[in-house]
Amino acid sequence: MTSATRRLPLHDRHIALGARLAPFAGYEMPLRYGSTVEEHHATRTGAGLFDVSHMGEVFLRGPGALAALQQLVTNDVARLEDGQALYTVMCSPEGGIIDDLIVYRLADDDWLLCVNAANRDEDVAWIREVVGDAATVADESDEWAQLALQGPLARTIALPLLAPDLEDLPTFGVARARLGDHALLVARTGYTGEDGFEFYIPAAAAEPVLDRLLEAGEAHGITPVGLAARDTLRLEARLLLHGNDISRETNPVEAGLSWVVRMDKGPFIGRDALERIREDGVSRRLRGFVLEERGMLRAGYPLFKGDEQVGSLTSGGIAPSLDGASIGLGYVRVDVASEERLDVEIRGRRLPVAVTRKPFYRRDA
Amino acid sequence: MTDFKVPDNLRYTKDHEWARREEDGLLTIGITDFAQDALGDITYAELPETGRTLDTGEGFGVVESVKTFSDLYAPVAGEVAETNAAVEEDASLINRDAYGEGWLIRLRPQTEDAWETLLDAAGYRAVMESGD
Repeated sequence: MTSATRRLPLHDRHIALGARLAPFAGYEMPLRYGSTVEEHHATRTGAGLFDVSHMGEVFLRGPGALAALQQLVTNDVARLEDGQALYTVMCSPEGGIIDDLIVYRLADDDWLLCVNAANRDEDVAWIREVVGDAATVADESDEWAQLALQGPLARTIALPLLAPDLEDLPTFGVARARLGDHALLVARTGYTGEDGFEFYIPAAAAEPVLDRLLEAGEAHGITPVGLAARDTLRLEARLLLHGNDISRETNPVEAGLSWVVRMDKGPFIGRDALERIREDGVSRRLRGFVLEERGMLRAGYPLFKGDEQVGSLTSGGIAPSLDGASIGLGYVRVDVASEERLDVEIRGRRLPVAVTRKPFYRRDA
Repeated sequence: MTDFKVPDNLRYTKDHEWARREEDGLLTIGITDFAQDALGDITYAELPETGRTLDTGEGFGVVESVKTFSDLYAPVAGEVAETNAAVEEDASLINRDAYGEGWLIRLRPQTEDAWETLLDAAGYRAVMESGD
C-alpha cells in the first residue's frame, strides 16, 4: 500500500465487513470479502452490493453542455431526454478510445459523465480541452460515493427504500430520489449483466446509505461483492474493460462498438478517422474465447491459427456461471475472425479455444 | 496473520508450500492455508506427470485462482510418485482443505535428509509474519 493510495469514503465499513483490500486505480478497493465465486453467484441469483466509489463523476453544466457533449462523445446524446442515459465512448482525433463512459442527462443544462477511475485525470483534462468555455466542467469524483446493487433481487430490496416510487424507472433511466434522509441519484445501470441500480451518493451519506441497503437486503441475502467478482461478472456479460479490451490503441469499430458511433448525428471528435477506418476496413476484431480444456485464460496470452500468431487476449478469467469454464476476450486478425476455433498458448502449451461473438452469459429476460 | 493454520507436524518452504513425511518415506506436498487464502478461489491446478524427477526449487506446476496464478516449486529434489487427481478435477479442494484433501503431489525424496532442510512451523510463521 503506497502512500499515494487513497481511501474511499466507505473504507472503514469494508474493514468491518472483512474485505481484502487491494490498490486499484490509485484507490484502496475491496477486492473480495470472502469467496469471489460465491460473490459472483450471489449477484447472479440474488443481489450483490458493490462499492464503486472509485469511478469518476464529471458534471457538464450550462446551456452549451449538449453541443459540447456532442463533440466529445461518439454516441448521439441529443436523443436523450431528462432522466435518460446512454453508453458511449470518447475518441481521440485518430479514432482511439480515450475512455468509455455513461452519460446521464439530468436536465438539458446538467449532465453527469461516469468515467473510469484509472482515466479520470486524463479524461477531465481532455473534457476541459474539448468543452472549453462552452460549459462548466466540474470533476466531483471526490464528493460522490457510488454503490451498485445488482442482481434479480436488486429491485425488491431497493424500491421500497426509495422515494419517490421508482418502480417504473426504465433501464438506463436516472432519477433524483431520497433514501431515508439522504438525497441521491438512482440509475438503472450496471456492469454485471444483471438488472439493478447504481446509486450516486454524496460522500457524507455513503455510510448510512450502505447500512440501510445492507439492513434491508439481509432478508434477501444481499452480499457485499468485491472488484474481483465485478470482473468475472462483466467478463461473462462481455462488457469491455478500458485499459484491457479497449484503449487509445483500439478503435470502436474493431472493438465491436460501432453501435455507439452515430455518424448521422453531425461532427464529433474522431469522426473523420472512424469514417476512414470503416471505409478501409479494420485489420483485427474483438472476439470472445472459451477454453475447451482445463486451464485459465489470461490477458496477454497469444492466439494462434496453426503456427501463426493471429492475435492475443486482452482479458481472461473464470466464468462461474458457465460451470467454471475459462473465458476471455481479445483481438484476432480479421482474416481469422470468422474461425470457429483457434489455439491459445498458455505457458508454452497450445490449447484449443472456441471463438464467439456473443456474450458468454445472458440473463433470462 | 496468526489466524492461519500452521500444523506443527508439517515442514514448510518460504514459497508457502508444506510437506508431510509419510510412513512409506514419501513426502506429501501442498500449499499452505496462508497461500490458499492469499490466492482466493482456486480454479485450476496443473500438476506434473508421475515419474518426473524434480530438482530442489524446480517448478512442477501451477495453481490458478480467480485473479492470478502461482507457480509451484519442489521443496526438495525427488521423483513425483503420485499426483492428486481429485484436485485436478476440483481445485477448490485446496481452498477447503489445504492440508488434507487439497494435497498436490507425493514426492520420493532423493536424499534421506531432505526433510531436515525444510522450515519447521515456527520458521514458517516467521516467514508469514515478515510478509514475504
